[in-house]
Amino acid sequence: MNTTRYTRLSGLEPLVITPDLLFVNVGERTNVTGSAQFKKLIKEDRYEEAVDVARQQVANGAQIIDVNMDEGLIDSEAAMTRFLNLIAAEPDIARVPVMVDSSKWTVIEAGLRCLQGKGVVNSISMKEGEELFLEHARKVLEYGAAVVVMAFDEQGQADTCARKVEICSRAYQLLTEELDFPPEDIIFDPNIFAIATGIEEHNNYAVDFIEATCELKKRFPLSHISGGVSNVSFSFRGNNTVREAIHSVFLYHAIKAGMDMGIVNAGALMIYDEVPAELRERVEDVVLNRRADATERLLEVADNYKAKKGEAVVENLAWREKPVHERMAHALVHGIDQFVEEDTEEARQLAKRPLEVIEGPLMAGMNIVGDLFGAGKMFLPQVVKSARVMKKAVAYLLPYIEEEKLRTGDVGKNNGTIVMATVKGDVHDIGKNIVGVVLRCNNFEVIDLGVMVPAQKILESAREHKADIIGLSGLITPSLEEMSHVAREMQRQDFQIPLLIGGATTSRAHTALKIEPHYKSPTVWVKDASRAVGVAQSLVSKELVDQFMSKIRAEYADIRERHKNRSTTKTLVPLEHARNQRFRDDWANYQPPQPNQPGITVFDSYDLAELRQYIDWTPFFQAWELAGRYPAILQDEVVGAQATDLFADAQAMLDKIIAERWLTARGVIGFWPAHNAGDDIVLPAQDGRQAYTLHHLRQQAEKPAERPDFCLSDFVAPKNAGQQDWVGGFAVTAGIGIEPHVARFEADHDDYSAILLKALADRLAEAFAERMHERVRREFWGYQPDEALNNEALIDEQYHGIRPAPGYPACPDHTEKTALFELLDVTGNTGIQLTDGFAMYPAAAVSGWYFSHPGSQYFVVGRITREQVDDYAKRKGWTREETERWLAPNLDYDPE
Amino acid sequence: MSALPWLHPERVALLEAALRERILIIDGGMGTMLQGHRLDEEGFRGERFVDGRDSAHDHHHDHPGSCDLKGNNDLLTLTQPDIIRGVHEAYLEVGADLIETNTFNSTRISQADYHLEHVAYELNREGAKLAREACDNYEAKNPAKPRFVIGILGPTSRTASLSPDVNDPGFRNVTFEELVDNYTESAGGLIDGGADLIMVETIFDTLNAKAALFALSELFRARGSRLPVMISGTITDRSGRTLSGQTAEAFYYSVKHIRPLSVGLNCALGAADLRPHVQTLANVADCHVSTHPNAGLPNAFGEYDETPAQMAAVIGGFARDGLLNMVGGCCGTTPAHIKAIAEAVSQYAPRALSTEQQEAA
Repeated sequence: MNTTRYTRLSGLEPLVITPDLLFVNVGERTNVTGSAQFKKLIKEDRYEEAVDVARQQVANGAQIIDVNMDEGLIDSEAAMTRFLNLIAAEPDIARVPVMVDSSKWTVIEAGLRCLQGKGVVNSISMKEGEELFLEHARKVLEYGAAVVVMAFDEQGQADTCARKVEICSRAYQLLTEELDFPPEDIIFDPNIFAIATGIEEHNNYAVDFIEATCELKKRFPLSHISGGVSNVSFSFRGNNTVREAIHSVFLYHAIKAGMDMGIVNAGALMIYDEVPAELRERVEDVVLNRRADATERLLEVADNYKAKKGEAVVENLAWREKPVHERMAHALVHGIDQFVEEDTEEARQLAKRPLEVIEGPLMAGMNIVGDLFGAGKMFLPQVVKSARVMKKAVAYLLPYIEEEKLRTGDVGKNNGTIVMATVKGDVHDIGKNIVGVVLRCNNFEVIDLGVMVPAQKILESAREHKADIIGLSGLITPSLEEMSHVAREMQRQDFQIPLLIGGATTSRAHTALKIEPHYKSPTVWVKDASRAVGVAQSLVSKELVDQFMSKIRAEYADIRERHKNRSTTKTLVPLEHARNQRFRDDWANYQPPQPNQPGITVFDSYDLAELRQYIDWTPFFQAWELAGRYPAILQDEVVGAQATDLFADAQAMLDKIIAERWLTARGVIGFWPAHNAGDDIVLPAQDGRQAYTLHHLRQQAEKPAERPDFCLSDFVAPKNAGQQDWVGGFAVTAGIGIEPHVARFEADHDDYSAILLKALADRLAEAFAERMHERVRREFWGYQPDEALNNEALIDEQYHGIRPAPGYPACPDHTEKTALFELLDVTGNTGIQLTDGFAMYPAAAVSGWYFSHPGSQYFVVGRITREQVDDYAKRKGWTREETERWLAPNLDYDPE
Repeated sequence: MSALPWLHPERVALLEAALRERILIIDGGMGTMLQGHRLDEEGFRGERFVDGRDSAHDHHHDHPGSCDLKGNNDLLTLTQPDIIRGVHEAYLEVGADLIETNTFNSTRISQADYHLEHVAYELNREGAKLAREACDNYEAKNPAKPRFVIGILGPTSRTASLSPDVNDPGFRNVTFEELVDNYTESAGGLIDGGADLIMVETIFDTLNAKAALFALSELFRARGSRLPVMISGTITDRSGRTLSGQTAEAFYYSVKHIRPLSVGLNCALGAADLRPHVQTLANVADCHVSTHPNAGLPNAFGEYDETPAQMAAVIGGFARDGLLNMVGGCCGTTPAHIKAIAEAVSQYAPRALSTEQQEAA
């Protein structure tokens, strides 16, 4: 048992002030009154960098750090609390005790409420009388801190040795006798004042301090003497060499006298013996007040020691100074891949096995990323950038890991393996790729089978890789049916692993109604990438899965129940009734516009720079799960910074796409004489081309008489009208040539750029469709030659005529693309292909019909009755079953 | 502070006399004993909370609906007092000198999980009364062996020096002031119920404990008298640190200002793993040293399977080497463990304090 009465302070670790410590360095740089740099950081709310200042102090040898937030323009209590809470989370800082420094008691109290260790209060004094002094001291004791007592009483601050000793002695007596304050927890600050100021009375200040120190130490051997050392050299500010020499000389003598603690710039203490002899002698004259002309003599030589200009070092790569594991975390969180290989190599050399680098620092960093993302504090573009850093580090390690594997057979472990695919017939993969990245970030092994993957291949891969989860994605409506098929196959083949469903047309309701009932094991719809991790983790966790699934299952059962019991809130009307309520024009007096350029027009390599002006950016941000409308989103409070970064990256890539011709935009348009035939549109045979019937569906909603139940055919004049009407068609793509670039990025482990490129190609294709429609209205069909709308007005569809796309709400039957593709010879003219599921490849493609009628408008067909299904089947030459399959999302009933 | 008189000077005198004489025995786990009763939701609710809320208190304004109370062990003090009394008696029967109140979670913050903030004070007062009655009965049977009630202040479910939000290490979900208010109320209940001592225990985060100590100082001052204070931290894993990152020595320096009767360690680890840290405290502490470890580390099923004999053997070693003044058991320990421990340490003298230390206590 060691019962010696030493001062025993603590941070995370103890600091026992024993005589062999000689002098305790208290770091002074985290003080807004003493450091302009720190003040600036706090004022500008740059706490992360402010924390680094504390870190440097400790690294430079500070045994305690002094924290002071006394500045008029700062909310000092809040700043003290925030800063102390922040450094509490940094073990390399928090290991040392904190000195809470303020002239305001409330700030001191705020600080004490944040310290789990035993810190020091700096300071209390008898300035406002004994009562308040004792009151504060008692609180200090209750909070569990030591205390600095300043030599300050009702009369003022002590400047002479006698006053210093008198005030400190009185304080000591009060503390120990009135409060039983432990003498070892009392630290005197007998005031260090500036010397060499040119004012004669100041010349003896250092001597007064040193002599008072000597006397106080003699009287109160258990207590300590401290002071703010840099005050002493205040008159030499701007000349750090001389200031440091003064500090060094002053401390040399004060420590000999018994000063055993001091607030110093721990990194900048000059060693007494290393102070140049000439300078040291003149400094010593000043400090010890040995000659009347001491100040002048020091000034004479001071300039010789001034640091040269331009020596300042710019420190914006401060994080590079941290240990390698912190650097890796920093790089991951900030998505910086600049140093990834050197850091990975350094970590590898520190690790016993290369795998440890992944399981240790990389996963730790990605866990931070995952948590931030889960908490909505980080956004998709950042996460994808983080993943890029991760992938590059892993790629660097891979050869080493393979080598290790060969040697030991150890393959490491992860959270689980997920086989993901865009289902057969569908080519859309941006969302799926983002989900893949996010899952990989969270230590899932993701086997991405790509697009248009048949059910059997998905299931075989799942078996081969011993997958823990299968994830299906799709964007177009036929994919929904394909997903049900995969689910049924999984059940039939006795799969028991969870099935995740995602993609733009999928929904909780669809999953509950059409997929989950086919598969007995967990089947979960995932709303977006940000949910994917939580869902996947719940599913692979033995502890979570049951509770999670019982919640999901209850939810889906509830949806099914509600669906079954749905009262026909929106009553559908019989088809005949809807047809009678169709959109009508006075066709006899209608003058259909005749195209300026009938027939087919092909655009082989459309100018991308021109299309760039037409980009609608809002969906681009949506693709990255950043919510908000462009351009307001760039200033958005929550996602603005991310949106701005992403936008800048997009612009930079667009520059390259255009300058280096990464992508080729091709399109084709055409116009054909046409007439309405009920709900169909007939394009009669022409110049050797066979006749075509374009099939459309009609709304069956119950509406007031003045509001039509629309069908697209309503916008085309009937055969017997006065003049020939026309319809047009188009197919455009901006994705020709995208593959090698995507492959190049993927080979470079750069999913961020790969996804960015795909998203931009999508936007350019949409912009192409928008631009082409504008030119059709003004030139090729030419019914609005004088239209002049800006991009926003175009996005708002402030024009006549529409360009609905097969597979979308006004004409939900994807198979109608066949006619469109044949009419335009889309594949021959542009290279766009149709998949089994009637998706277009490249995915960055848009196709549709043109209608010119001024009354034409976009609408949603919505639900249809079996009566219309049967009617449509007859028109298409399909069986009812076939029809129900293709129109599944629109059925108002459950097919048999 | 230390100038304040004792609230129960005669009890303190008895306690100090006993401490000089031998290693005192603290009781063992409460949770383990309650599990044996296999109480269901109805059992936890008792009559008073039959519909999942407090029928004795009209607080529908802050109680959105009935709420499961199963697992709220502290509530059993009110709803199944006989069971709690039974546990106390089981430990008194095997020779425990000190009985811990069933108030580990009896703070507003912890009771908020059950929407029962309003019973916090009552749980503490009644918890102390139950233990008081049990101790008094046994003391009456054998006045030569005084039995003491330790009023327990648990850690609460929140941490004042750790952020629950990784992105914002500066964030806290509880403030020092809130904790002070919580502990002031709970400690008031313990004192009013007749506790002989207060123990701040299972300290994961020293700042929470400092809030408790601050509350105690102010409460004692307001009431004009004090109770002896025991402090027991928790080393959460083999890193040898508390959850909030302190070493055992740093932990002691952070709490010694209250001039505790004892400092010690409990929970999280078994006795063997605690030994080096108990040793550290024994080296630096000016006050008595206590420990009440778990019955080993939990196995794959979350159960503790160190037997009474195994545990007693390890703790006997502590006592032999002069590390201990008080010893008991935490999670997984039963009267059988306490009995074995009591026998194992009975042959050894308590850890010695210097005269100066005894005065400080």
